[in-house]
Amino acid sequence: MKIMHCPLNGPRNISEFVHGGEVKAMPDPANCTDHDWADYVFYTDNKAGVVVEWWLHAPSSYWFIAERHTVTDDIIRTYDPSEVFKQRVEFSTESDVSTEAGQMKLKGVGA
Amino acid sequence: MPFSLLKYGLNKDYPFELDADLPRPTDLKSSYDVVIIGGGGHGVATAYYLAKYHGITNVAVLEKGYLGGGNTARNTAVIRSNYLTPEGVRFYSQSVEMFKDLSNEFDFNIMYSERGQLTLAHTDATVRAFRQRAEVNKHFGGRTELIGPDEIRELVPTLNMNPAHLPVLAGLWHKDGATARHDAVAWGYAKGATQRGVELHQLTEVTDVVVDNGRVTAIKTNRGTVKCGCAIQAVAGHSSLMAAKAGFRMPITTYPLQAMVTQPVKPFLDPLVSSSALHCYVQQTSRGEIVFGGGSDPYPLYNTRSTLELKESLLAHAIEMFPFMADLRLMRQWAGITDMTSDYSPIMGLSPVENYYLDAGWGTWGFKSTPICGKTMAELVASGGKVPALIAPFSMDRFDAFRQVNEMGATAASH
Ligand SMILES: Cc1cc2nc3c(=O)[nH]c(=O)nc-3n(C[C@H](O)[C@H](O)[C@H](O)COP(=O)(O)OP(=O)(O)OC[C@H]3O[C@@H](n4cnc5c(N)ncnc54)[C@H](O)[C@@H]3O)c2cc1C
Repeated sequence: MKIMHCPLNGPRNISEFVHGGEVKAMPDPANCTDHDWADYVFYTDNKAGVVVEWWLHAPSSYWFIAERHTVTDDIIRTYDPSEVFKQRVEFSTESDVSTEAGQMKLKGVGA
Repeated sequence: MPFSLLKYGLNKDYPFELDADLPRPTDLKSSYDVVIIGGGGHGVATAYYLAKYHGITNVAVLEKGYLGGGNTARNTAVIRSNYLTPEGVRFYSQSVEMFKDLSNEFDFNIMYSERGQLTLAHTDATVRAFRQRAEVNKHFGGRTELIGPDEIRELVPTLNMNPAHLPVLAGLWHKDGATARHDAVAWGYAKGATQRGVELHQLTEVTDVVVDNGRVTAIKTNRGTVKCGCAIQAVAGHSSLMAAKAGFRMPITTYPLQAMVTQPVKPFLDPLVSSSALHCYVQQTSRGEIVFGGGSDPYPLYNTRSTLELKESLLAHAIEMFPFMADLRLMRQWAGITDMTSDYSPIMGLSPVENYYLDAGWGTWGFKSTPICGKTMAELVASGGKVPALIAPFSMDRFDAFRQVNEMGATAASH
């Protein structure tokens, strides 16, 4: 069985994990166009090479980020999302895109 | 080892004599009216119908490997039209009709064999979904009905009616279900297309798509650049990568799909049998081998490796269905990479680039559609971009309009 390293639980069988899709910035649901929202929900880079993705360790409901190679099937690095998201991302339907902090949240990047 | 085989193996030249029915490879011309990227079944079928119905023969099919060496040679050849949506049923049933006549049309036996397909229901919810599918299918002229355990026992006497403690409650019996020799389909179309003047270039990899002012003007390959009046991409698992070369993204994720086959045994199984609750389908080939397939791999990859996990889970379920198979040996295993859409329907038609057309998103279910895809894509190209009504529901921008054509329940474990 292929092993994935869970940042919380250590090495585990890959069958314990669920693939969650590409890490990408979420547009503001309240203000973005339908096209932007569809682009975010459905369209993918689907790269052949190194990708950065959300993964879930199902038994412990723990989400983390994995970098892996989609051609060689190598898992390069796994890490806690706090490495990327320095502050809590609020998913409010109210718009706060006017502020710089709001913009940062939407881009999914911390300081 | 025979000496001739050794000599053959050491020969530097491309072994064109293997393709006795195809013309010898030539140099690429500097320009074509139509360039088709991908020499799988879909690509050569499109070329065939362009030449046959529209008299368009200044066409090149560019294939990076060999003819039909992609998913066309890897699929389990299930042909059926018992989908869920009217859009799907209408489309696939025309393909099934075309399949019936292909051997005559090619004057070459594609071994079309109408065995019927039986899908098992183990829960009340599935029985309800089957009722709906049967009615939609009948409405569009398909032969599909809901049958009970007695009829199932009669059709498949060797089936365990209580597999994995999931009793078989009913079945969706699709008489039009069939299978055919997948390579022969690609060969038949390629032969017919090249006889009419189309050029098939194998070992020719498309490396870039040149777009100028929103129009494709040329295609770059490892053998040089060709100008084109328009281009079609039909590259299955590589769809997103080709689209990226043309400068846009697609709503597609590429997953491996694995399958395997046992040693041959005496004929015991006529229909194709599948169960989505058990994530498994089973069929016996005309040679006696038993083919197993199931759902896609759990995570995206551009890699055709096989895994023990998939084999264990798939075979455990197959053996629940047919316990005596536990004694059989596996002969071969393989995988293909499949271009999955989230609604399990294809992406056909226009792209953001004006004269660049899409035949993609065929995922795990596109062999059965080879004839109708070829025919409708040829109409699209010949009309200069007028989308045929049959494929209009499958346009890529359905996702932007949130108008998906949901075939997941009718596709996930049956293909
Ligand atoms: C294991 C498995 C089982 C399946 N079972 C079924 C089934 O039972 N029923 C069913 O209907 N469907 C099934 N499918 C799906 C079906 O095989 C595909 O949807 C169908 O074959 C797609 O045909 P195609 O011609 O578009 O693609 P392909 O046959 O994959 O052809 C695409 C071609 O494009 C070429 N290409 C890629 N990149 C380039 C490039 N840069 N330049 C030039 N050429 C390029 C590839 O080499 C390839 O030959 C299955 C698939 C798999 C993998």
